[in-house]
Amino acid sequence: MLKIEDLHMRFGGVVACNGFNAEIETGQIVGLIGPNGAGKTTIFNVITGVYKPTAGQILYSPAANEHHQLSGLGPDKIAKLGVCRTFQNIRLFGELSVLENVFIGNHLRVKSDVFSTVFRLPHYLVEEKRMYEKSLYLLEKIGLQDSRDEKASSLPYGMQRRLEIARALATDPKLLLLDEPAAGMNPQETMELIQFIREIKQEFDLTIFLIEHHMDVIMEISEKIYVLDHGLLIAEGDPSEIQQNERVVEAYLGVG
Amino acid sequence: MNEKSKTPVTLIILALTIVGLYLANRFLDAYQIRIINLSGIYVTLGLSMNLINGMTGMFSLGHAGFMAIGAYTVGILTMPVTMKEMNFFMQPIVPFLADVEWGFLPSLFAAGLISVLLGVLIGAPVLRLTDDYLAIATLGFAEIIRVVFTNTQSLTNGALGLKGIPNYTNTWWSWGVALITIWFISFLMKGTYGKAFLAIREDEVAARAMGISLFKHKVMSFAFGCFFAGVAGGLMAGLLGTIDPNMFRITLTFNILLIVVLGGLGKIGGTVVSAVIVTVMMEVLRFLDEAIDLGFVRLKGIPGMRMVVFSIILILVVIVREKGLLQRTKGRELTYAKN
Repeated sequence: MLKIEDLHMRFGGVVACNGFNAEIETGQIVGLIGPNGAGKTTIFNVITGVYKPTAGQILYSPAANEHHQLSGLGPDKIAKLGVCRTFQNIRLFGELSVLENVFIGNHLRVKSDVFSTVFRLPHYLVEEKRMYEKSLYLLEKIGLQDSRDEKASSLPYGMQRRLEIARALATDPKLLLLDEPAAGMNPQETMELIQFIREIKQEFDLTIFLIEHHMDVIMEISEKIYVLDHGLLIAEGDPSEIQQNERVVEAYLGVG
Repeated sequence: MNEKSKTPVTLIILALTIVGLYLANRFLDAYQIRIINLSGIYVTLGLSMNLINGMTGMFSLGHAGFMAIGAYTVGILTMPVTMKEMNFFMQPIVPFLADVEWGFLPSLFAAGLISVLLGVLIGAPVLRLTDDYLAIATLGFAEIIRVVFTNTQSLTNGALGLKGIPNYTNTWWSWGVALITIWFISFLMKGTYGKAFLAIREDEVAARAMGISLFKHKVMSFAFGCFFAGVAGGLMAGLLGTIDPNMFRITLTFNILLIVVLGGLGKIGGTVVSAVIVTVMMEVLRFLDEAIDLGFVRLKGIPGMRMVVFSIILILVVIVREKGLLQRTKGRELTYAKN
């Protein structure tokens, strides 16, 4: 699904990512962990086109015979190819309603041109109806169907995170990048989130790449984990391997 | 959602507008009719600027420029051939326009389209700028148009301006266009492209991550804004009969900005009401520009005094009701810092 080769990202003199390699297979849930400032979000930003990498390859293959080089493409192009994300510091369309937020996620798949939307031509109305139905379904999925007309910014924090996921799902992604989905959640909410991520993966046939600080989430959910420290990949493997890896323990706890 | 319950209300407002215009035409004098015309034109202008600034979140101050393009297009296209010869006595008009005499409707369309063409041509490279930078660039754009029009003697008759443009604009034209603009922008914002504009206003980074091409949608919104501004400029030419480059100074843009801010950024109904109120107030407050006798002291007339009133209203609105004069802001405290 995604193959990252020798990825470098420098901001002037700061090296945020120094030779990152990763391979995510279709249908996997893969975790990315590391101490604060390790460069995790930078990697997400590079994959989704917010930054152009200084060097390296990002090969995205949504199907067996379909391959795209993501580095150099803009975020909107990458989203159209089926790579969508959520943000660490929630970025909802705050003044808009909950329903509108999800509805906007559908926009990139719209086939009608702008004049058919103004004149509300039949072929657009069919499309719009389908988009609303899908949005409402997604809202139901995250349990927000009753607050669909509320302002997105008025929702409680945990719900805003879920709304971000619903909005990303509306874009029909194949690869979903979740940036700290459990941040600020209590243990109860966290357990629900794990369940929710498994559910959507199953239902929408997703491959998921996630950054998380809650170790219980990462260890519970990931099939494969990459550990990053100061822009360097220090370990990779399945959860049990990572837990026993000395360098990982060192990076997190420091050397005594 | 509650689409069906809204339709009768829309029809009633539409019917009332038509009856109102009919009665106004029968019973009001020329001066009052002129104010009604101006209100209609300012509704169109306010909405077109609100689309760019309030709904898509681009801070554009180029409206006087787009209006100038529209006004000159209509002026040149509708003016009778003999009138053109009289106007262009310094230098004859360029040959390909000398024998042109179009009707009002095609001229208005041409006004809108040429405004879009020039607006997008100059606007596209600067639309990647944000906030203040875009404002400065578009402000400059409007000034460039004005200076160019002052100097293209054989095309625009330069500083002499155009006189004797047929007075096609009546209340049906000005309010007809205003209603079309209201309809167009309401339906645009209801559809998925309009929602994408709002998304860009709310958060550009998130909008791009959701697959919305910033460039495409910004140019689209800008183009629609330019179109209606150009048409409104054309109506203005048809109303006044005389235009010259100095009409299209920055102050004109600020009058429209005043309407947009008072009505509420991104609000269609608010803009319509504030456009009418501001236009009427501009006339009502004219007495402030004249000498005022307070009995014990006599104030000399200061031209532009009424603008001070608008400035004060604007300052108050920005402080107390940042969402617009007509918008209910619930429970907002008066604080100096956001945090």
